[in-house]
Amino acid sequence: MDLRFTPDELRFREEVREFFRTALPADLRTKCLLGQRLSKPEMQRWTRILFDKGWATPAWAPEWGGTGWSAVQQYIFKEELHCAPAPEPISFNVNMIGPVLIAFGTQAQKEHFLPKAARLDYWFCQGFSEPGAGSDLASLRTTAVRDGDDYVINGQKLWTSTAHHADWCFLLVRTDPAAKKQQGITYLLMDMKTPGITVRPIVTIDGHHETNEMFLENVRVPVSNRIGEENKGWDYAKFLLGNERSGIARVGVSKMRVRRARELAARIRVGDGTLADDVHFKERAAAIEVELKALEMTQMRVIAESRHGEHGKPDPKTSILKMKGSELQQAAAELLLEVAGYDGMELDVDFVRGLRAGDDATDWAHAIAPNQYYARHVSIVGGSNEIQRNILAKSVLGL
Amino acid sequence: MDFEFSDDQRLLRDGLDRLLKDHYDFDRRKAYVATPEGWSREQWERYAEMGLLALPFAEDDGGLNGGPVDTMLVMEALGGALALEPYFATVVLGGGLVRLGGNAAQRAALVPQIAAGDLLLAFAQAEAQSRYDLADVATTARRDGDGWVLDGAKRAVLHGDTADKLFVTARTAGSRRDRGGIGLFLVDATAAGVSRRGYPTQDGLRAADVTFANVRVDANAVFGDPSDALPLVERVVDAGLAALTAEAVGVMTRAHEITVEYMKVRKQFGVTIGSFQALQHRAVDMLVLVEQARSMAYYATMMSDAADPAERRRAIAAARVQAGKSGRFVGDQTIQLHGGIGMTEECQAGHYYRRLTMLELAFGDTAHHLARLARDGGLAA
Repeated sequence: MDLRFTPDELRFREEVREFFRTALPADLRTKCLLGQRLSKPEMQRWTRILFDKGWATPAWAPEWGGTGWSAVQQYIFKEELHCAPAPEPISFNVNMIGPVLIAFGTQAQKEHFLPKAARLDYWFCQGFSEPGAGSDLASLRTTAVRDGDDYVINGQKLWTSTAHHADWCFLLVRTDPAAKKQQGITYLLMDMKTPGITVRPIVTIDGHHETNEMFLENVRVPVSNRIGEENKGWDYAKFLLGNERSGIARVGVSKMRVRRARELAARIRVGDGTLADDVHFKERAAAIEVELKALEMTQMRVIAESRHGEHGKPDPKTSILKMKGSELQQAAAELLLEVAGYDGMELDVDFVRGLRAGDDATDWAHAIAPNQYYARHVSIVGGSNEIQRNILAKSVLGL
Repeated sequence: MDFEFSDDQRLLRDGLDRLLKDHYDFDRRKAYVATPEGWSREQWERYAEMGLLALPFAEDDGGLNGGPVDTMLVMEALGGALALEPYFATVVLGGGLVRLGGNAAQRAALVPQIAAGDLLLAFAQAEAQSRYDLADVATTARRDGDGWVLDGAKRAVLHGDTADKLFVTARTAGSRRDRGGIGLFLVDATAAGVSRRGYPTQDGLRAADVTFANVRVDANAVFGDPSDALPLVERVVDAGLAALTAEAVGVMTRAHEITVEYMKVRKQFGVTIGSFQALQHRAVDMLVLVEQARSMAYYATMMSDAADPAERRRAIAAARVQAGKSGRFVGDQTIQLHGGIGMTEECQAGHYYRRLTMLELAFGDTAHHLARLARDGGLAA
């Protein structure tokens, strides 16, 4: 057992850090540092920089554009990306539809969709949740009825984040209403320009429009856009759960937040010194760092075990990463809010939405409260933390 | 980065697990606690036979060349069994001071005896006024010809009641809380002027308060630099704290296991209590905290021999904070989920609980280490 990074891994970290230092455009870095949202063209600009470097989709199979990096290297890459701070690649493309296509897509689907997804020529959104199907996703009711070479789709999707940017949607629909819940679900790729799709914005408590509801009325999707077999869609969706090992805890995001909180605290005058000198602030920051270090080591253990275990088999410890990782993202966001104080009071929606450029000297606090509000979502998405507890109780504790 | 244990380490762990399974069930432990010394000499001989007592020492000195990871595996296993023997006092603390502070002659004299199980050590460090400050030393050592004369009082000396020799910190220069001017001496526990009051601790282990009145030792009793031994003491205590973190992980892991086992058999309202979601989630929260503590035990182990003492200190403090936090929750919930039976002397739950509370305060509790870490700038890196 040697828990230190190898010299090769340390060299790799330097290479990645240097890349982010030189290749990340200054305007995008500032937006990330200040917690502003990026526009679609900005995301495309950044994704293409990564793509040209060959680093847009590190975890994919090498023949489909992956880098062939070890899990440790992938982890280092993500941490450096978060600490740069650089925009996070679109998860729907990179972490979700890419791996599903590689595992279950036809050759024609892979050839068509994978390069476009990697370069963000196609922006994907996820059509899973519905008004009556949240944590209980398998109770979804949107139907697809076969009509010649098409499926005809009717229903309503909810929490369809970035649907207003998306070119394509990966969608779960019910194709066999008589089958048991998890059976009878089919996985489709839907062109967002197809007639019958209505996307309505949902503004969240951070003032941002990221997510949507999506109404589907007689939308025709060719059968050739089905992933795998009819009525087996649940298996393909489940494949993703627990499969994303190297980044689910988002340790780098929380690290960056605590680091930023310490830097900002040093600017804030309190009494004769600064907030950074305050013993209570220092203890709160240190307490979060302790848990983050523990999570980082847990993350490394999961990565190490995945190297030795069966590939592709979900590790239940991934649920620990999800739970603890989301709690710490929230704790770090709260620490920043505490630092901001009165400076964080002013609501400036245009700034948060990234519609005007910001300046670290004057705008450092404007997105802190909205981002703390937004951080509440991380313990809800991707299987709420309570669902994760159910998973662990059953799979690890046998309860 | 590699989290795999070597074949030798797996053999060590499996062998010790088997030994403890065969000789350390709950009833036998109770019998050991009830003996005058409070632990099992027979078991100590078995540890010696297994090589555990020789483990961390260099081969040239008569040891087995084990590293921090080996110590971690041993301590975790001993924790799971709530073992009572003075392994920590003799091999980890005392052995660490011998290993890192002793000259060749001192090591040659002591290591074979420790390895054979013939020499028990303890570390007399804390004093009435010092709380957890290792530099706060009022006990004095003044030169007397070739030797030294020690005066003062030490408290909470883990397994100090049965130790054959005591390592003692004593001030050779400077004032009470100076970092400089602290020496380290190895004193026969039966030397003239040494008096000991042994007592059981809350968790069934043993400790002693020790007084030194005009105790004369010769020059061979000095370990390290008599005017600057604090860095040595800090290094060994930090390695000891890493070992205690591993022991706490062993205690927590087993406490969690017996709790989940109980949840599968205890019935209320006609069903096992493990079928209740509120209790399932609590058991999962325990699991998360056990795993977080385990991760920090690995981290502390890795950092316990870090080249930079400041970096080492921060890492160890961080591990103690996590272990304390995890231990508190896991201990509390072990009793809570057992219900009333968990409050009784006859149930294992409370024994794990008591061990966790005592493990938390050795060489500084959670609040102490968090304050220390915050003062030193946190873990930011």
